[in-house]
Amino acid sequence: MRNAICLSVAFWSGFFVMGVELLGSRYLAPAFGSSIFVWGALITVFMLALSLGYLAGGRWSQYRPSLPRLGLLLAAAALTALPILPLSGAMLDELFFRIPDPRFGSLTAATLLFFVPTFFSGMVSPYCVRLLVQAKESSGKSAGLLYFVSTFGSAAGTILTSFYLVKWFRIDVILEGMIAVSIILAATAALVGGRSR
Amino acid sequence: MKNPMRWLPLALLFAACAAPAQQKLVHEERSLYREVLVYEGDGERCMCFTRQCRIGRQSCINLNDPKHFALNYTRMALGGILFTGEKKPQRVLIVGLGGGTIPTALREILPDAQIDVAEIDPAVTRVAKEYFGFRTDPKLEVFEMDGRVYVKRSIREGKKYDAILLDAFDQEYIPEHLLTQEFLEEVKSLLAPGGVLIGNTFSSSKLYDHESTTYAAVYKTFFNLKTANRVIVARPAGLPTEKELRDRALQYELVLRGYGVDIYDVLPLFTTRVDWDTKARVLTDQFSPSNLLNR
Repeated sequence: MRNAICLSVAFWSGFFVMGVELLGSRYLAPAFGSSIFVWGALITVFMLALSLGYLAGGRWSQYRPSLPRLGLLLAAAALTALPILPLSGAMLDELFFRIPDPRFGSLTAATLLFFVPTFFSGMVSPYCVRLLVQAKESSGKSAGLLYFVSTFGSAAGTILTSFYLVKWFRIDVILEGMIAVSIILAATAALVGGRSR
Repeated sequence: MKNPMRWLPLALLFAACAAPAQQKLVHEERSLYREVLVYEGDGERCMCFTRQCRIGRQSCINLNDPKHFALNYTRMALGGILFTGEKKPQRVLIVGLGGGTIPTALREILPDAQIDVAEIDPAVTRVAKEYFGFRTDPKLEVFEMDGRVYVKRSIREGKKYDAILLDAFDQEYIPEHLLTQEFLEEVKSLLAPGGVLIGNTFSSSKLYDHESTTYAAVYKTFFNLKTANRVIVARPAGLPTEKELRDRALQYELVLRGYGVDIYDVLPLFTTRVDWDTKARVLTDQFSPSNLLNR
């Protein structure tokens, strides 16, 4: 049960990251367009945030790791994504005029909007590895399973968001929906983890 | 009664349809966004973004008569720019360069006008200059920028245009942020009083309905010129009457003939008839799956 929850969180975290990244290009386009610079800025910020998140997640997993704390990471990613909703309009227009270069304008915008939630999302994976690993001998296997699940989640988040969700819903609604799923999953992790302790 | 030869005419017909007029690739380059290809064949030279111009041609010129407009939509777009403004256009903005046939013609037809072009892809500009006789000068400038970014910046700078042509779409890919209610509002605020917006868009697919309601949400009524292509012409100050259109067109009758454009072919296309599903969802920055709808 604990492992299932752990893997579900990793799957969803992967889904969430790519969903937000694709929506990110939509949020940035009205102000910065869809030139290759904008995609470059967006991907840079996500990769940087994930890399630092991995580092931090690994560190934090050494300190009394638990399922509720994993849920906390997921909730943190979701809640720090909330400001995207009110900020994406006026703030982006303002940034666009402050920073005329489309490269650094979109880089700054992507950092302000997406860095923190993606950082917390990055913390999830190594933290999960810590919860899954039973013994040194099977650690590679556990890590492999986790990479599989979370990257598979990313693939699912990418295709669902870009092929279907944007055709059905407003982008704010998609983001709100994803935040809601994160909160529910985080609460589940906290409850199950709290009970089985 | 087996006669293998009876299929021969049919087979020949098929062969003729399957192999389009021989096209020769004369130039190709890979840009940040796409492949820019130049094909020649049938006395025409065309800019395409897909192999064998599989998904449409961006721009074509007649090699024997480079002034002659080879593509149909360019005639409608030119008609929109020249015939429908409240006054003769002094400042024109074109979003999307292609081979530059429209700005080149406008530069000649309106020698006093300032013509600005927003083109995101420097490779397109380069190829237009090298293969399509496109030339820039102080009165015809290209800004290497995303169309929406250019529009936003121009609003901030207080620029105004008498005519704005949106020509940034192709069948394969639509920059979705250039087909939303918010963008059309921005373009509207960039128009000078009595100015006119011309959009070169799509005549088929599900997108037709959505695009129509989106334009209607911003401009209420508009001329809807349709052949194989579709050109939308909107004037926030109210559309000109049939007589006004004809009078204006007559001023350009002779000069346009030099481009192979017969105003009497173009004028009947100016209609405001509503032939779309008026309940189709309006495209916005929040909801803009244009590429998914365009199939």
